[in-house]
Amino acid sequence: MARLRAPSMADLALGAPSAPLIRPKAGRDDRLMLAFVLMIGAYLVVSLALPLGFMLWKSAEVRAFAYGVVELQVDVGQGFLSLGTLEEAAPRLGLADPVDQARRSASLTAAQLFPDARFGERPLSAVRMRLSGGASDGVLELGGKAAASGEWVEAGPRDLRRLVLRAGTIRSLGNYIAYFSNPALTNSIVNSLVVSLSTTLITVLAAFGFAYALQRTCMPLKGLFRTIAMVPILVPSLLAGLSLVYLFGNQGLLKGLMMGSSIYGAPGIVAGCVFFTFPHAFLIIATALAISDARLFEAARALRTSPTRTFFNVTLPGARYGVISAAFVVFTLTITEFGVPKVVGGDYNVLAVDIYKQVVGQQNFAMGAVVSVILLVPAVIAFVVDRLVTARQVALLTARAVPYAPSRNRALDASAFLFCCVVAGLLLLVLGVAQYASLVKFWPYNLTLSFAHFAFEGVDGGGWESYFNSLRMAFYVAVIGTAVVFVGAYLVEKGRGFAAARAGLHFLAMMPMAIPGLVLGLAYIFFFNDRANPLNVVYGTMAILVISSITHFYTVSHLTALTALKAMDKEFEAVAASLKQPVTRVFTRVTLPVCLPTALDIAAYYFVNAMTTVSAVVFLYAPSTTLAAVAALNMDDAGQIQGAAAMCMLIFYTNLGARMVHALLSRGLARTQAWRIR
Amino acid sequence: MTRTTILAAAAAFLGLAGAATAGEITVYTALEADILPVYKKSFEEKHPGTTIRWVRDSTGIITAKLLAEKNNPQADVVLGTAATSLLLLDAEGMLQPYAPEGVKKIEARFLDKNTPPAWVGTNAWAAALCVNTAEMEKRKLPIPASWADLTKPEYKGLIVMPNPASSGTGFLDVSSWLQIFGEEKGWAYMDALDKNVATYTHSGSKPCSLAASGEYPIGISFEFRAARLINQGAPLVAVIPAEGIGWDMEASAIIKGTDNEADAKKLMDWAVSDEAMKIYAKNYAILGNAAFEEPIKNLPANLKTKLIDNKFDWAAANRAAILQEWQRRYDAKSEPKKG
Repeated sequence: MARLRAPSMADLALGAPSAPLIRPKAGRDDRLMLAFVLMIGAYLVVSLALPLGFMLWKSAEVRAFAYGVVELQVDVGQGFLSLGTLEEAAPRLGLADPVDQARRSASLTAAQLFPDARFGERPLSAVRMRLSGGASDGVLELGGKAAASGEWVEAGPRDLRRLVLRAGTIRSLGNYIAYFSNPALTNSIVNSLVVSLSTTLITVLAAFGFAYALQRTCMPLKGLFRTIAMVPILVPSLLAGLSLVYLFGNQGLLKGLMMGSSIYGAPGIVAGCVFFTFPHAFLIIATALAISDARLFEAARALRTSPTRTFFNVTLPGARYGVISAAFVVFTLTITEFGVPKVVGGDYNVLAVDIYKQVVGQQNFAMGAVVSVILLVPAVIAFVVDRLVTARQVALLTARAVPYAPSRNRALDASAFLFCCVVAGLLLLVLGVAQYASLVKFWPYNLTLSFAHFAFEGVDGGGWESYFNSLRMAFYVAVIGTAVVFVGAYLVEKGRGFAAARAGLHFLAMMPMAIPGLVLGLAYIFFFNDRANPLNVVYGTMAILVISSITHFYTVSHLTALTALKAMDKEFEAVAASLKQPVTRVFTRVTLPVCLPTALDIAAYYFVNAMTTVSAVVFLYAPSTTLAAVAALNMDDAGQIQGAAAMCMLIFYTNLGARMVHALLSRGLARTQAWRIR
Repeated sequence: MTRTTILAAAAAFLGLAGAATAGEITVYTALEADILPVYKKSFEEKHPGTTIRWVRDSTGIITAKLLAEKNNPQADVVLGTAATSLLLLDAEGMLQPYAPEGVKKIEARFLDKNTPPAWVGTNAWAAALCVNTAEMEKRKLPIPASWADLTKPEYKGLIVMPNPASSGTGFLDVSSWLQIFGEEKGWAYMDALDKNVATYTHSGSKPCSLAASGEYPIGISFEFRAARLINQGAPLVAVIPAEGIGWDMEASAIIKGTDNEADAKKLMDWAVSDEAMKIYAKNYAILGNAAFEEPIKNLPANLKTKLIDNKFDWAAANRAAILQEWQRRYDAKSEPKKG
């Protein structure tokens, strides 16, 4: 796992290969590679860039009645009398502003214009309307049949309800204006920043302590602590929310510790987010601490520097890029997090939950798109800064660096051990409580144990079927995702020529990291659910879930593959070329076998994340493709909280099993990697 | 070969695409998950060869899904979803009017006013309070009997209600208070109630579940969930507030553009049939065909008499404005205000 994040340090260094003196002619291999670059590039464009662009376009679209292009005539017994366009007639008919009117109802019937079938004092004998606009101006229907543009449609007094004008769309920044003039929504920006910054501070401190204890002390049980620190990665983040309720809710086991204050709101969100972001921060900081230069510490000792001073002047600066990177990763994860605040946020609104509320609760897709755009801003900024910072770390280590090995120090080892016990204890407590709650008959009044909640009978979300769907999806994601990512990374790293195409592919591969899952999901609705889109066929299928998950978790996988490939000499390709061997043969005979452990890491990463993700798929699942983590969310929504806990635990055990298989396979592969050892 | 066909071929190869099978209808529903198997069994026994594929979610989500899929409908029928939602879908021109066989037995107030009706109501569900008796005893508090009682200071922080923006039940409550108390007094009531409400939940059943587990002892929810949880052993009592209660229908309609209209019609026929009514009667106190109504275990007998004269058209037409006002007043107070 440590490998998964580490590569972020070097990847931006990619640029044009050092200019060769002789430019070789593009051969068959080059054309093949270019074709693959374009194919994977096209995949990322279609699964990422286009949907996002489409969503942005849609966020500036507002429903409205095109009063100006609708003509109206009434007959009060002496032939038709023109009232002009609806725009002209609006004040007289008591119509609201075109946008307000469309917000009330997407259709306007003639009955609404002429209540009681009267025009002023006189009874109507007929009404005629015609729409002379385009498709975006709406539709005019009589009895459900759409009229052609410019065609008069006529309705008698009894048919007034059947003469319907449906709202069209106009381009406008109205959604953005509505957003910023609604304090209920803009409050969320501040709230999101508050919980994200708090979480970042706590997580980074805790993760630093934990990583320091593991890398720089001689305390016992390091392997166990390292394993426990990974637990949160194996469960859906909303599990933390559920456990916090069982621990500190109004009927919570440890309610007394809250001293009268409530877990619902910011405290719960921060606590839950610290839980699930902890392993991510820990991995990055542990990697940073692992690569420090022992010679600096020797120098400090030789100069009789105090341990405190050494810590602040040697240890911290050495790990600063790791800490900064961890901080940005935690910040991004928290501000885009949806499961925890959904469960334990109470009335404390945050941006990610706002998107869900707008889309799912209020059917307001345009406003969901607006909040998505708002959420993209901090996520993208954090991402870019992180990239810039990590890119600088490359220069830190010199070839002569000596790896640091900690020496025994009783007091330090003991306090480190104690600290790790507390942190690991808290992580296990969260997991254990969810396990307990899922096994209890009726919380908190009947605490006898039973497996009843694992039957998932009469609950929302799809029960066992959704679990098997998740397994299937995670398997597809792991297999297809690893293949796509690996080939993509190979082309970026080992391709010759067409530097621009490869840099473009690399840029696209880095993008998903900055895109919150919910935003991606919403963008997919807009893009794939459009009937005009030929890719519409995948909407509502397992394929769209697989595509969105592969794309959502692309970046980390890509970076992992790049690191492994960078470690391989480019000479392999050169030698193969000189021996007139096709590049495909090098790839399958040399590159792939050497990098098999990395490919396995990527597959495991994909599998575990596909099992736990909610955000990337919550808008996209269909009846036959309900998913386990989404089922847990829906059960919690419906108040079947124990069922939700049971589903989360099921996911945990599955991921634990996958992890074990991964460990076994890696061990098996270790023998094939024996050549690495001299 | 275009990219589409490659993708489609790949999807087909992997068995990823969920193709519609003959004799299968996709039914979107907001009915409670625990009663779906019963409906499915009854329908499929009557029409062997036709199977139901459920998409079950809360009212808001189902409506949102249908609207999102407007240009590319995935559902054949929407079954058991609030009439106010179906009015919204009808406004978008998404419903296929159809008069099911036996629709004459259904009371007029359960039907869309057009002929043939765009949607048909089969039974009703109504607001109810779920009150945890064990917790009230612990706190030595009386069981509230009316909406007005809920604003008393002793209930501060004990009440949960669904957010009307996302929950059909929540909207039902708000629109009924505006109708019972009148616009001005209605909002004044909600101002007072808001002071006592601990949190607004996403779904309508969650307040009752939270009351059942004692997390928050008073849940503003609906009668079906209350009866269910009491039967499961929750220390709850269902209270019908004295001023009257809001209600809505479980209404059904065919989605325009379905490629399986024949089977969709069969399901609509079943939904108003006598055997279906007998099934509804086990869970719901108020039916579209009143002849089959029977008292429900664990629910107050006066339920039906307390239903307000709900103006659905008014509620649907003013939904956006009401929700906007509600959010302006109560959603903005999103600081961790209540301990």
